[in-house]
Amino acid sequence: MTRHQPLIALVGNPNAGKSALFNALTGARQKIANYPGVTVERKSGRFAFADGRPAELIDLPGSYSLDPTSPDEAVTRDVVMGRQTGERQPDALIIVLDSANLDQHLVFALELLALGLPTVIALNMVDLAERDGLTLDAARLAADLGVPVIPTVAVRRRGLTELAEALDAVIVARQVPHAPLGEPDMRARRRRAEHIANAAIVSQTQSRRWTDRADSVLLHPFAGPVILLGLLFIIFQAVFSWATPFADALEAGAAALGDLATATIPDGFFRSMIVDGIIAGVGSVVVFLPQIIILFFFILLMEATGYMARAAFIMDRMMASVGLSGRSFIPLLSSFACAIPGIMATRSISDEKDRLTTILIAPLMTCSARLPVYTVIIAAFIPQITVGPGVGLQGLVLFGLYVFGIIGAMVVALVLRSTVAKGGASGFLMEMPKYQLPRIGDLALGLWQRAALFLRRAGTIIFAVTIGLWLLLTYPQAPEGSGMSQLDYSAAGRIAGVIEPVVAPIGFSRDIALALIPAMAAREVAVSALATTYAIDATDEDEQAQALGERLAGRWSLPTALAFLAWFVFAPQCISTIAVTRRETNGWKWPIFMLVYLFGLAWIAAGITFWTATAFGL
Amino acid sequence: MLLDQLPNNQRAEIAAIDWSVLPPDEGKRLRALGVDEGAMVSIQHRGIFFGRDPIALSIGRMTVAIRRAHARAITLREPGATA
Ligand SMILES: Nc1nc2c(ncn2[C@@H]2O[C@H](COP(=O)(O)OP(=O)(O)OP(=O)(O)O)[C@@H](O)[C@H]2O)c(=O)[nH]1
Ligand SMILES: [Mg+2]
Repeated sequence: MTRHQPLIALVGNPNAGKSALFNALTGARQKIANYPGVTVERKSGRFAFADGRPAELIDLPGSYSLDPTSPDEAVTRDVVMGRQTGERQPDALIIVLDSANLDQHLVFALELLALGLPTVIALNMVDLAERDGLTLDAARLAADLGVPVIPTVAVRRRGLTELAEALDAVIVARQVPHAPLGEPDMRARRRRAEHIANAAIVSQTQSRRWTDRADSVLLHPFAGPVILLGLLFIIFQAVFSWATPFADALEAGAAALGDLATATIPDGFFRSMIVDGIIAGVGSVVVFLPQIIILFFFILLMEATGYMARAAFIMDRMMASVGLSGRSFIPLLSSFACAIPGIMATRSISDEKDRLTTILIAPLMTCSARLPVYTVIIAAFIPQITVGPGVGLQGLVLFGLYVFGIIGAMVVALVLRSTVAKGGASGFLMEMPKYQLPRIGDLALGLWQRAALFLRRAGTIIFAVTIGLWLLLTYPQAPEGSGMSQLDYSAAGRIAGVIEPVVAPIGFSRDIALALIPAMAAREVAVSALATTYAIDATDEDEQAQALGERLAGRWSLPTALAFLAWFVFAPQCISTIAVTRRETNGWKWPIFMLVYLFGLAWIAAGITFWTATAFGL
Repeated sequence: MLLDQLPNNQRAEIAAIDWSVLPPDEGKRLRALGVDEGAMVSIQHRGIFFGRDPIALSIGRMTVAIRRAHARAITLREPGATA
C-alpha cells in the first residue's frame, strides 16, 4: 500500500530479545548478551517479507517506559514518537515481550499500544517459559490486547515466518490496536498488565527455580565475591598459559615466512620493506591472536550466561566507596575488551555525573590492545617460573597490571567525584536476568567477529603505521661507511630525538620514544614499531634471527621495561577513544581533560616505577 | 517495618514509599520495575561480606538489585495486616 518501504521498530523492556530478533530477521550481527542495557543506540537493517518486498527494521535500546531515565532510553522514546531528527515515526512496531516475565513487560507494552500504531507482539523466549513450567495462551493475549501475538524463540528462529506474516497484514490493513488502552499513569497500567498476564497464564509452577538456585551460591555474601575474584584470576592465568603453544606456533610461522622472504627476494627496498616492515611489524602483533581469543571467550561467556549482572551486584559495594555504582561496572568490564564499546555502554547510566566519571576512567581498564604490549615485555623480562600450584609468575604479573589499572581507576573516580564530577550519591538499580546456558554457535560467532576485527586492525591501521614507520626509519639512508647508525640518521630517529628529553627522566630511550608516537594510532603498534625498529637496526645475522622478546631483553634494563609497563597502564595511547569521548560528551572539554590527566598519570607512574626499581638496583 | 529490616526470604507487601528521598530518576526506575505501593516483595540476598549492600529483591518474576538507602525509603505493611 505504501510507496515508501515501511519502517518498523523493535521495542520492549531491556533483555527481552529485541536484538536477537533483529539479527534473526535481518541477518545482522548486533551484539546480544544476557543483561539489561546491551543495545544503547538505534541500529537499522533490511528485512524482506515473504513476497520479497523490502522493509527497514530498527533495533532500539530496551526501555521501561516512554519517560526516559537514561540517555539510551531517550533514544527509544525519540524514535518511537517520531522525534528523532531526520526520521519519520515508524509505520509499525514489533513489541517484544519476555514470556517468562509477562506482567512486567506488558506495562510498557500497554503504553506503546496506546500510541495507536500498527503493532504485532512477539511473545519471545517461550522456550524459557516452558523451562520454568509456564504455559501461556497467545490467543487470549491477542484478544485482550487487540493485536496479533506470535510466540517466538528469537535465538532458534522459531516463529519468524508467522511474525512476518502478521506484520505484513497489520501494515497493509493499517490495523491499529482497538482496545482503549490509554491509561495515563503507570500504576493503572501495571494493574491492567497483571490482570491481562494472569488471564493469559494457562499453568505455572514456581518460577526461576534454576536461577534462584544458582544465585544462592553466586550471590552468596562470602562465596560470591571469592568466586568472582577466582574467576578473574583464572582468566588471566589462562590468557598466558593456554595461549602459549598457539602463540609459539604463530611466531615460528612468522619467522619461517621472514626467512623465506629473505631467501627468495633479492636484497633491496622490497625485501627490507617486507621482512623488516611487514613481517616483523605486523607479524609481531598477529602473534597475540590466541590471547585475544581466550580473553574474549571468557568475557562472552560471562555476558551470555547472565553472570555479568551478578558481577555488577558483587562489585557495587566497592564502586559505591568511590562514588559510583554497580551500573558502571558493566561498561568498565566491557572496557577490558576495548574502551570504545565500554564508553558507549555508559549510556545506560542515568546519573549524569556517574556517567561522566565512568567515561573518564574507562581507558584505565586494560583493553585487549594492551595485551600484546604487556605480553611482549613480560615474556622478555619476567622469568617463567611458578610461584604456587598452577600459578605462574608471568600470569601473576599480568593480573597485577590489570589490578593496578583498576586501582588507578578507583582512585581517579574518587578524586573526580569530589571535584569535577561532584554530585549526590547515585543509586544502583538493576534487573538480574535469568541464567541461560551459552549457545556454542553464538559464542563461536562472537569469537570469530573479535578475531576478524583484530586481524583487520592488524591488516589496516597497524599495517599502514608500520609501513609508514619503516619508511621514516629507512630514509634518509646513512651514508655508506660513515659509521653512523641508520637509526640515528633516519627521519624517525631525528623526530624521536626531540621527544626523548621529555621521557628520558622516566627511563625511556629514544627507541621507546619512537614507539610511543605511532602507538597513538593503536596501542599494539608499540609492539610492531619496536619490532620494526630493531629489525632495521639489527647489526648482524645472529641478531636478525632473534625474536622481538630476545632483542628487547638484550637492549633494555629491567627498570626501563617495568616503567614501560607502568606507562601503558595509564597512557591514553588511542585516538579512537578520544574521538568517542568527544562524541559522547558533546565537546572537546572532556576528551582534552582525559588526555592531559592520563598522560600526566602515565609519566608519573612510569617515573616512580623506574626510580624505585633503579634504587633497588634491579 | 522498613524493607531494609525484612528478614531474608520472607514475603511482605509494600505499604508506602517515601519518594521525596529518592532522586527523581531513581524513583521513576523503581516504579518501572514494579517496586511500588501494594507490591509483594522478599529479599533474596544481601550484599557481600559484611557490607550487606546492595540487596537482591524478589518482585513478581524478577530479581532486582537495589541499594539499602532505597530500601530504607520503603515501608512494609506489618505481617498479619496483609490482605
Ligand atoms: N532462550 C532464549 N533466549 C533468548 C531468546 N531471545 C533472546 N534470548 C537471549 O536473551 C538475551 C537478551 O537478548 P538481546 O537480544 O540482547 O535482548 P535485547 O532486548 O536486545 O536487550 P537490550 O539491548 O539490553 O535492550 C540474550 O542472552 C539472548 O541470547 C529466546 O527466544 N530464547
Ligand atoms: Mg539489544
